Amino acid sequence: MPRIFFEKQSYACQDNESVLDCLTGHGVPVPSSCRSGICQTCLMRAVEGAVPLAAQQGLKETLRAQNYFLACVCKPTNDLKVSLPDADVGARTKVTVLAKEVLGGNITRLRLGCTLPFDYHPGQFVQLHRDDGLVRSYSIASLPQREEPLELHVRHLPDGRMSGWIHDTLKTGDTLEISGPTGQGFYLPGQPDQGLLLIGTGSGLAPLWGIVRDALAQGHTGPIHLYHGSRDASGLYLIDELRELVEQYPNLDYTPCLSGPDIPKGFAAGRAEQVAFSHLPKLTGWRIFLCGHPTMVAATRKKAFLSGASMKDIYADPFVIATDSIKPAA
Amino acid sequence: MSTSLFEKLGGNAAVDAAVDIFYRKVLSDDRINSFFEGVDMDKQAAKQKAFLTMAFGGPHNYTGKDMRAAHAPLVARGLNDSHFDAVAEHLQATLKELNVPAELIAEVMTIAGSTRNDVLCR
Ligand SMILES: Cc1cc2nc3c(=O)[nH]c(=O)nc-3n(C[C@H](O)[C@H](O)[C@H](O)COP(=O)(O)OP(=O)(O)OC[C@H]3O[C@@H](n4cnc5c(N)ncnc54)[C@H](O)[C@@H]3O)c2cc1C
Ligand code: HEM
Ligand code: FES
Repeated sequence: MPRIFFEKQSYACQDNESVLDCLTGHGVPVPSSCRSGICQTCLMRAVEGAVPLAAQQGLKETLRAQNYFLACVCKPTNDLKVSLPDADVGARTKVTVLAKEVLGGNITRLRLGCTLPFDYHPGQFVQLHRDDGLVRSYSIASLPQREEPLELHVRHLPDGRMSGWIHDTLKTGDTLEISGPTGQGFYLPGQPDQGLLLIGTGSGLAPLWGIVRDALAQGHTGPIHLYHGSRDASGLYLIDELRELVEQYPNLDYTPCLSGPDIPKGFAAGRAEQVAFSHLPKLTGWRIFLCGHPTMVAATRKKAFLSGASMKDIYADPFVIATDSIKPAA
Repeated sequence: MSTSLFEKLGGNAAVDAAVDIFYRKVLSDDRINSFFEGVDMDKQAAKQKAFLTMAFGGPHNYTGKDMRAAHAPLVARGLNDSHFDAVAEHLQATLKELNVPAELIAEVMTIAGSTRNDVLCR
């Protein structure tokens, strides 16, 4: 049974137990959120001992090289000496809430001002830290080159701790901390005539709204197709803004999709990914961005690949909800 | 020293070029895709690369015992010669699509064929 050494203590790691579960099970506070290797909240560093490759999936080269790993998906096969990230890696930036506004679809739009320069690509995500240690990931909808304040879209979940607090309590002028940015799902210039397909559900529009405007700002000339889905029209937002953008850019196409029974004029019937595949059956050569519900993201990713898209051209950000929230209380 | 098969095929770049085509064929084939269901695509793609590297005569650390261990659960679910042949067929078609010369394809097929008993745990 491998042992985990952390701050002068050692803990036995059970078969098939993650470093995160082992440490938190012994009362060591390690921050976590998605518990499935996506949000990178549980970043740790192996000071001694090799970590399984799978525990480094999605990490930047520079972090891998320093033996950083994700504790929630690290099931060690040998002893490990671990530490929390160095101050500069998990570095947090103070931000001030400049504006808070309710869009449609239970979405609160936050505009945050950073005191220090904060480099990011639209479509990446940040970790938002509340004073009491609660951490959640949110995707970036703003464009840095326009000097827009950092923009996040937070969907209010019933009894959601962070999203409820943002919706009910947080106010303009409050300060927060963020870390990151993280994530590979953003626009890279270099192939301006490639087709771009973007599919999002719910607040999955946040990164896509950033990526679409980023691509247009960088002079993308190929077709850009955006599909945003929800059950009914009240779950969609930024509809007018997107329609205006379509007026301005002939290569942009926007389809709001409704999976419920009520389909007003101007909306497509069906789930966003179904509508997209019916319009675009062949995806050879396309670049694809998928954000939102994890089940939609996983299934659509496979379908996009089978429709001809190359694996390396598919960017997927499942908005995984922390599973400790969903587990019944012990 | 003579150039190895792996080098003649184009090394890691050849594996990268082949993995998309090969994996798409495998996932689209109803005779065998149930074996790949429920496996995370990223992890699966990494394993397909391991598969191709091995078949291309490239560097790998798999022993016959590892091959048995990796496929034993599949054999328990009914993996047999017909499935093995289907995978081999897709491998061959992939290489043809990439315009690999016939004599190199034959070498790859020989390597793949040599793993049959391990893969089927016989
Ligand atoms: C890469 C990434 C990007 C993301 N981007 C965005 C984004 O741009 N916008 C966005 O809105 N979200 C985004 N998310 C999701 C976000 O990080 C949070 O998970 C989400 O806001 C919910 O957090 P919360 O603290 O409000 O809810 P939590 O308190 O974590 O609760 C989550 C849900 O579980 C339910 N729940 C809680 N306890 C229980 C229980 N005991 N039994 C049953 N159910 C329970 C709650 O009612 C709630 O519906 C992203 C996630 C990831 C991983
Ligand atoms: C042609 C001979 C074959 C070779 C050389 C081969 C090679 C490999 C290799 C190297 C791995 C990765 C092992 C690991 O790292 O864990 C693997 C895994 C796998 N193989 Fe094969 N394979 C062959 C045939 C097949 C066939 C015929 C099938 C099914 C139709 C199959 C299905 C799988 C599956 C599903 C996995 C993943 C197992 C898991 O993740 O648990 N393979 N194979
Ligand atoms: S990556 Fe480990 S908690 Fe999200």
